[in-house]
Amino acid sequence: MLTKIYENLIVQTVCRIMVPFIQVYALYVIAHGHYSPGGGFQGGVILTASLALLFLAYGQGAVISRMGRRITIVLCGLGVFIYAGIGLLCLLLGGNFLDYAQLAPILGVSIPRARSLGILGVEIGVGLTVMSAMYSIILDIAGSPPAE
Amino acid sequence: MLTLGNTNLAANDICAIVLIVGGLFFFFTSTVGLLRFPDLYSRMHATGKGDTLAVLLIISGAIVHHGLNLNSAKLTLIALFVFIANPTATHAIGRAAYRCGIKPWRRKPEPSNSGEPKK
Repeated sequence: MLTKIYENLIVQTVCRIMVPFIQVYALYVIAHGHYSPGGGFQGGVILTASLALLFLAYGQGAVISRMGRRITIVLCGLGVFIYAGIGLLCLLLGGNFLDYAQLAPILGVSIPRARSLGILGVEIGVGLTVMSAMYSIILDIAGSPPAE
Repeated sequence: MLTLGNTNLAANDICAIVLIVGGLFFFFTSTVGLLRFPDLYSRMHATGKGDTLAVLLIISGAIVHHGLNLNSAKLTLIALFVFIANPTATHAIGRAAYRCGIKPWRRKPEPSNSGEPKK
C-alpha cells in the first residue's frame, strides 16, 4: 500500500491559507445560486474540491479524522431529506411538489419571498448531498479501505 | 483623449488596452516556451512565470476598464488567488517530477570528429 507521503511545507501552508476561502466561496455559490450562475451542485463540488486539496496536501488520515465515512453518509442522507422534505411539505400544504408559494403562510412572508427562501433551502440540501457524495467517491478512489 | 478612426479613446481605455495586449504577449511567449522547450522543467519555467504575469496584466486591464466597483473587487480577489495558487502548483509539480527521478535536459556532447559519418 502506498503510504509514503512527502510532506511539503509550501504546499501545506498554501492549502491551509486557501481552504477557508475556497469554502466561503462555495457557500457564496450555493447561497447566490438563484441570482447568478451556480447553485447547489456547483457549490457542493467546490466544497469537495477544498477537501480534496487537503487530502492531497496532508494525506488521508488528517482529512478522515475531521470528516469520517459515517458523517459523510449521514450528511448525504440529510441533504436528500431536506430536498424531499421541502417538496413534500409543499405537497402537504395543498400545492404541487416543490411549489414554494404554499410555504408563505408558514414562513410568514410574501409569496415571492417564500419562493426565494424555498429554493435556497433546496439548494442547501442539494449542496450537502453533492458534497458528501463526491467526497465519498474520492475516499473510495484514493483512500485506503476502511478498517473492519 | 485620443481619436482613432471614428472612436474616441479615453485615458483609462488606453491603459486597459496596453495592459491587456501586454498580457496577451506574455501568454504568447509562455505558450511558445511550452511548445518549444525540451523538457518538463524548462517548460514549467516558461508557463509558470509567464501565465501568472499574463493573468495579472489582463485582470488589471479589466479593472482599469471597469473602474472601482464590486466587479473589480472580485477581479482583485481572483488575481490574488492566481498569484498564490499558480506558483504553488508549479512548485508541487516540479518537486514531484524531481522526486520521480526525471533528469533535467542536457545538450548532447559534441562528437569529437567533426565531419560527416563514414558510410
